[in-house]
Amino acid sequence: MTEFFTTTYLGITLLTLGQVLAVVVPLLVALAFLLYADRKVWAAVQLRRGPNVVGAFGLLQSFADFIKYAVKEIVYPAGSDKVVFLLAPMVSLVMALIAWAVIPFNDGWVVSDINVAILYVMAVSSLEVYGVIMGGWASNSKYPFLGSLRSAAQMISYEVSLGLIIIGVIITTGSMNFGDIVAAQDGNYGIFSWYWLPHFPMMFLFLISAMAETNRPPFDLPEAESELVAGYQVEYSSTPFLLFMIGEYVAIVLMCALVSLLFLGGWLSPIPGLPDGILWMLLKICFVFFIFSMVKAISPRYRYDQLMRIGWKVFLPMSLVWVVLVSFLAKFELFGGAYARWAIGG
Amino acid sequence: MTIAAYAFWLFSICVITGGFFTVISRNPVHSVLWLILAFLSSAGLFVLLGAEFVAMLLIIVYVGAVAVLFLFVVMMLDVDFAELKAGMAQYLPLSLLIGAILLMQLGMVFGPWEFSDTAQSLRAAPTPTDTHNTAALGLILYDQYFLLFQLSGLILLVAMIGAIVLTLRHRKDVKRQNVLEQMWRDPADAMELKDVKPGQGL
Repeated sequence: MTEFFTTTYLGITLLTLGQVLAVVVPLLVALAFLLYADRKVWAAVQLRRGPNVVGAFGLLQSFADFIKYAVKEIVYPAGSDKVVFLLAPMVSLVMALIAWAVIPFNDGWVVSDINVAILYVMAVSSLEVYGVIMGGWASNSKYPFLGSLRSAAQMISYEVSLGLIIIGVIITTGSMNFGDIVAAQDGNYGIFSWYWLPHFPMMFLFLISAMAETNRPPFDLPEAESELVAGYQVEYSSTPFLLFMIGEYVAIVLMCALVSLLFLGGWLSPIPGLPDGILWMLLKICFVFFIFSMVKAISPRYRYDQLMRIGWKVFLPMSLVWVVLVSFLAKFELFGGAYARWAIGG
Repeated sequence: MTIAAYAFWLFSICVITGGFFTVISRNPVHSVLWLILAFLSSAGLFVLLGAEFVAMLLIIVYVGAVAVLFLFVVMMLDVDFAELKAGMAQYLPLSLLIGAILLMQLGMVFGPWEFSDTAQSLRAAPTPTDTHNTAALGLILYDQYFLLFQLSGLILLVAMIGAIVLTLRHRKDVKRQNVLEQMWRDPADAMELKDVKPGQGL
């Protein structure tokens, strides 16, 4: 039976398909509840109740929304480019989902264990901008177009600092594989062995850049309601809008998973002695997601020029200096080799 | 045929289709989108060759940054298709001539093409199996060809500075925000709190 799944083409295909479903289905179901949690946190900060009608405590609100979106009519704006108009939300969702192929949930629990996993995630997240640009352009309307132009500039700017911050982590680990990165954070001191301590300022820079990269408030300029109505999403209704929405949230949860893998030790237990496992990974993702929702609830939206300024003039130089500093610290193995945990190479 | 062979044909067909439609698309935005398909499929070909690092860089640099800038510029073009078609007959002979010359030159290059023995032996050099190709590339760039690598970086830096110098202009007529000045302002200097009695005013 094992041979069928590891040697024959049909078996390998079925096995991979099963693995993919095992990641995507729980992810999408979890997403429904994360969306609900997001709205509840947001409501709690503003002293409201949030969704509380559908199901117990409103738990089924996301599913009601899903049905509502799915059964509505798709409206094409006049003069829109229909193919690109429909392609855009699909690209947005698919690009967000395929990045999960390399995200491990536990030691070895990953669909595709490739050497260049981080680069793959960076590559796929750099493709996410196309959903937004194509959607804005194909709508043939002013606000979506402006929104898509903004998003193009914004996502490219923050990708640079995200990449540089990740380079610091790669230098410390000596590998671009998530398994190796988490293994390098395994130490005798539990929570204090993780990368958040040696890469302390960069963890916050990464969080902020991740918010900007995923168009999350306070950096949701592409869809700024007060000035662009809803940016690139203005002309979208029904299922295409739903795909945009899910794609955006999948990308946000991906960023949460990245933060927990790169800086918070992935599936490692924070207290030495407790068993490691998938539960820690999920808890960490939820924790980072909670921070994301709190930031959304608390902070006001940035102005566009301020956003560009902080990206290019503050984050980029800081992360660049950090790369040089980390290379120096790793080369001379200072601080007890905290910056030189090379698994391979070196 | 193995799966790799099927994948090779799939990616190759995608590259050629993408390239073909890039050229013949009427709409420049569609052209750029087809070009992106061609880039992505060639990244797939690199993965099949075992050069996963180059493949990922191709996607990050070309698809994620360069093509976005293309799209950015092309989207803002106001293209009048009727005007574009009007010039077709006028420029056709010239473009045919250029095409013929290019074809002839390519023929002259590839006709007598012969691999030197050194090149053949290099081509046959197997991909190192004991090290990841990211590490192998790093060793080549930063150890073997360190000076050349740094020099090419320097050339790019000079080009970047040149582009900035050429396009930079300070406008005196616009108001600019000095963020640091705003941040360091002392509330005590900027405002004064007064306790106003009802009905009396200041």
